Amino acid sequence: MNSIKRSKWLASLFLLPFALFFIIFQIAPLAWVAIHSLQAESGWGLANFSKVFQSRFYRQAIQHSLEISFWSSVFGLLIAILGSYSLRKVDSRLRDFVNAFANMTSNFAGVPLAFAFIILLGFNGALTMLLKQAGIIEDFNLYSKTGLIILYTYFQIPLGVLLLYPAFDALREDWRESAELLGANAWQYWWNIGLPVMTPALLGTFVILLANALGAYATVYALTTGNFNVLPIRIAALVAGDISLDPNLASALAMILVGLMTLVTVVHQWLLKRSYHVAR
Amino acid sequence: MSRAEPGTTRLYHRLMVYLLFIILLLPLAGTLLYSLATSWSASLLPSGLTFKWYVALWSDPRFLAAFGQSLLVCVGALLLSVLLILPLLFVVHYHFPRLDALMNILILLPFAVPPVVSSVGLLQLYGSGPMAMVGTPWILIGCYFTVALPFMYRAITNNLQAINLRDLMDAAQLLGASTFQAAFLVVLPNLRKGLLVALLLSFSFLFGEFVFANLLVGTRYETLQVYLNNMRNSSGHFNSALVISYFLFVLVLTWAANRLNKDKS
Repeated sequence: MNSIKRSKWLASLFLLPFALFFIIFQIAPLAWVAIHSLQAESGWGLANFSKVFQSRFYRQAIQHSLEISFWSSVFGLLIAILGSYSLRKVDSRLRDFVNAFANMTSNFAGVPLAFAFIILLGFNGALTMLLKQAGIIEDFNLYSKTGLIILYTYFQIPLGVLLLYPAFDALREDWRESAELLGANAWQYWWNIGLPVMTPALLGTFVILLANALGAYATVYALTTGNFNVLPIRIAALVAGDISLDPNLASALAMILVGLMTLVTVVHQWLLKRSYHVAR
Repeated sequence: MSRAEPGTTRLYHRLMVYLLFIILLLPLAGTLLYSLATSWSASLLPSGLTFKWYVALWSDPRFLAAFGQSLLVCVGALLLSVLLILPLLFVVHYHFPRLDALMNILILLPFAVPPVVSSVGLLQLYGSGPMAMVGTPWILIGCYFTVALPFMYRAITNNLQAINLRDLMDAAQLLGASTFQAAFLVVLPNLRKGLLVALLLSFSFLFGEFVFANLLVGTRYETLQVYLNNMRNSSGHFNSALVISYFLFVLVLTWAANRLNKDKS
């Protein structure tokens, strides 16, 4: 049995390089942030956090982040539900094509996406002009909360389709037929069978979208050159800006963001365990 | 489905799919048109078409440098990831299956900790001192390893489960191979295709990474995304050509990954 022990010992040596790199680039920075969020000029304590929550500016950043994430996730999810359900019902050539296209556009985010939207929907954007001339809108400001929600919704759609499309596997066609046979109409079927079966998958997708939007930095930075007040922009400005650097305060803001993300991740893992299409 | 759907339902589903496609296509199509336009303002369509913005872009040495530097960083990061993750996965699945549960929690970290948060710590830890890396491509390679980790880990795990690692290893060892030989000559070739797909997809999202690149390195080792952001004040047509060139490159990569994936099954 000695040789097995030795080979196990040797094998565990292979874990070391990975552990080293993971600690340097993932654990250590996070630990630094966690420790320094509790450090202020006055010493150890929650001073940074109380500073954040007392400041109207930082409260606004948190609120903007939550609002934009929430609404873009709702709209993204709705479009993804309608889209991916219909995707299952069309012929396979169209389905494969649109599915592949959605997959590819999931890489179309961040700086390039912001630029594309400026060209299309900026002050002199082609679509803005078109809609103005048609008299549908008076004015449109892409660099506002509404503008950001539209932009975020766009990058949520491909991710939503990607996650939801397989989830519709849980809905079996014979359930629908049985329900129909027993006299249920379409609404009753969806309300009593379809929706309850799909709920964990829908909520799971929703929280993933939420996390996706909460952590997004590149898109909003590229669009507004860091002038729109959301949480990731504030964090970055406190460590890499050119006005006032305060890494400890940045750490406190970062821990708030991590807290939100952790909550989302835990909820998602819990929902994943209860969803139909993964369990079976 | 044997039962024919009523015509209106079928039409509805087709319409929804077309609508989804159009929504996703619109920003890209607009950018493409803009990149080919001589000038375009206050009218529905541009006044003329030209390739001059692409010519200008592809003859800009700063763009070519940024493109090359992006390639180097991404390839470096993926090489590092394979070197670190493959042995890890092999050891975990063959020797310590119980570690898989721990790993599944650890790989959630890059997901729960957004790059902007990690950057706060990274800037302070490696800004100066014995491990000063900020401003060099090395720190990006390390960070991109953590970005690619969750995806690579899951993708390779799925492949390992599909090939029945234990049986394969036992068979190879029965025929006289050492653990090392079995891993390299039997298991690795079986993983080749799945690994290639995972690498292509990881490459396509690493290539678009901006947060680490901008906060940790910036113009000191300009990658494509940072270059794109720094060109914000140049002509919109030029920027469109840049966006479209970037997207086409990523498109080819994801298309290749898709094709490979289909061949596999």
